[in-house]
Amino acid sequence: MMGRGTGDGGRGQTRWRWRLAQAACVAVVLVPAALIVVDLLRDALGANPIEEITHRTGDWTIRLLIGTLAVTPLRRLTGWNPVVRFRRTLGLLAFTYASLHFLTYAVLDQGLFLQGDVLGYLGEDIAKRPYITVGFTAFVLLVPLALTSTKGWIRRLGTRWTALHRLAYVAAALGVLHYLWLVKGDQVTPVWYGVALVLVLAPRVGWNRRGARAVASVPRGAVGPVVPAEFLSKAARSVETR
Amino acid sequence: MLILRPPRIHPSEITDEALFWNRRLFLGAAVGALAAAVPSALAASRLPAPRSRDDELTPYDDVTTYNNFYEFGLDKRDPSRNAHTLRPHPWTVRVEGEVHNPKVYDVDELARRYPAEERVYRLRCVEAWSMVIPWLGFELNRLLKDVEPTSHARYVAFQTLHDPDQMPGQRSGVLPWPYVEGLRLDEAMHPLTILVTGLYGKPLPNQNGAPLRLAVPWKYGFKSIKSIVRIRLTRDQPPTTWNLAAPREYGFYSNVNPDVDHPRWSQKRERRIGELLRRPTLMFNGYGDQVASLYAGMDLRRDY
Ligand code: HEM
Repeated sequence: MMGRGTGDGGRGQTRWRWRLAQAACVAVVLVPAALIVVDLLRDALGANPIEEITHRTGDWTIRLLIGTLAVTPLRRLTGWNPVVRFRRTLGLLAFTYASLHFLTYAVLDQGLFLQGDVLGYLGEDIAKRPYITVGFTAFVLLVPLALTSTKGWIRRLGTRWTALHRLAYVAAALGVLHYLWLVKGDQVTPVWYGVALVLVLAPRVGWNRRGARAVASVPRGAVGPVVPAEFLSKAARSVETR
Repeated sequence: MLILRPPRIHPSEITDEALFWNRRLFLGAAVGALAAAVPSALAASRLPAPRSRDDELTPYDDVTTYNNFYEFGLDKRDPSRNAHTLRPHPWTVRVEGEVHNPKVYDVDELARRYPAEERVYRLRCVEAWSMVIPWLGFELNRLLKDVEPTSHARYVAFQTLHDPDQMPGQRSGVLPWPYVEGLRLDEAMHPLTILVTGLYGKPLPNQNGAPLRLAVPWKYGFKSIKSIVRIRLTRDQPPTTWNLAAPREYGFYSNVNPDVDHPRWSQKRERRIGELLRRPTLMFNGYGDQVASLYAGMDLRRDY
């Protein structure tokens, strides 16, 4: 369903196909959110629906964050470059779930806008409960990334865009820490997410080192985060084809 | 004081109109907030606050499907799915230690000796949620008096069954097994402290701690140990499971106290299961008139 964009059908058709693929990706990833609404209406979220919603949105946030960071290694591993077009989409979906997760906590769980005097409780939670502090920091870090994910910002920020978007690594790591610190008793699931995160981040270290040595002799068209200009023009191109 | 003896309640009567409307309001606000976050949440805030007929019974289905009973899994829904492996009959409880008449009781014998009465208690979990449950049971002091504590007895230690075949969660190392709990003797003798044999007029479901559990309504729920096989009177303060697992987080006393926060949960407010908005948590879970005197002169911030 996803053409490689070889241009056989003309640029217009390729673009159209990519758009469809992106839309399908968005639709699939939003299914869990839709299921939350369905289950809510069926009263099928259990005795404590707010807790269930918090957990489900939190789970999808961490999965999508790690999924987003897996795109680049996947592309290096498979050599299938067009996959990078899904990175921004996945990143924005991760941010969507993070926002739902945060709003569930702030509005439904703590009663922001629903009940008086809630800001005090929120502030206290964020300041005093380490797992909330860490989760909140992760969420705050994602905000500038979402805001600067447009073509315009990629151009405007130039090389600084790449540097800025490395914050995604930090946000994901804080997300795992958040999970580790919130579980009572069972550390197994968050540890697995930690392992997954290390696995998707680790290859970057190798490339960067090799890349630093090879910088002088990069052949034209080589792909790599070490060559920000090259990388950016690629990124910009991938955005253009959307 | 919340010791009510309502007429026998059938589960079918439980989801009354008020609760139904609570759920409706909840759905409205929740869908609104999810769909368009702030604006519709603001709209929802104009709805009347969910009716608070203060301590309505928590529906039977919620009481029996939302449980912390790590012997059957860590998710709140696990115990209701997994606890069928527990065999609550036949069952014996050994009462021993600093007593003149140590004895092994069969639970059926206990039920005959101490006819059950209904007690409607609030249950406050340390995770900042709460329920209102119509327990069936008898005062622990009746059993303790019958075994005649010696003059050395100062504490009561309780122990849950330890049998990984019946309690598969005990194969995991999340907690040291068996689960143990303890009370000071005067707490154990207090008329609010009951041994529970049922709820909602029925025998105790496995996931709620069949066939015999404790209910100490002014303490966090984890003090109310489930599926008890041993009650031992002691001279020294006995170890308690959550205190062993995380001493800085869980003290021996663990009285409900809105002024002493748990590192993970603010204890100032709680969510009553079935309600949307949090309500303030009451000192000693609202049983202060009955129990505050037990702690006269103690610093409850230190002895949390
Ligand atoms: C990128 C940011 C975040 C990620 C990746 C994340 C991820 C998660 C995950 C995986 C869970 C556990 C789900 C489960 O147990 O199945 C969770 C739970 C939770 N998160 Fe987050 N979270 C983030 C941000 C936040 C923020 C900003 C807040 C609030 C300020 C928050 C509050 C909570 C709460 C209250 C829970 C439930 C804790 C409990 O049940 O005891 N999280 N989160």
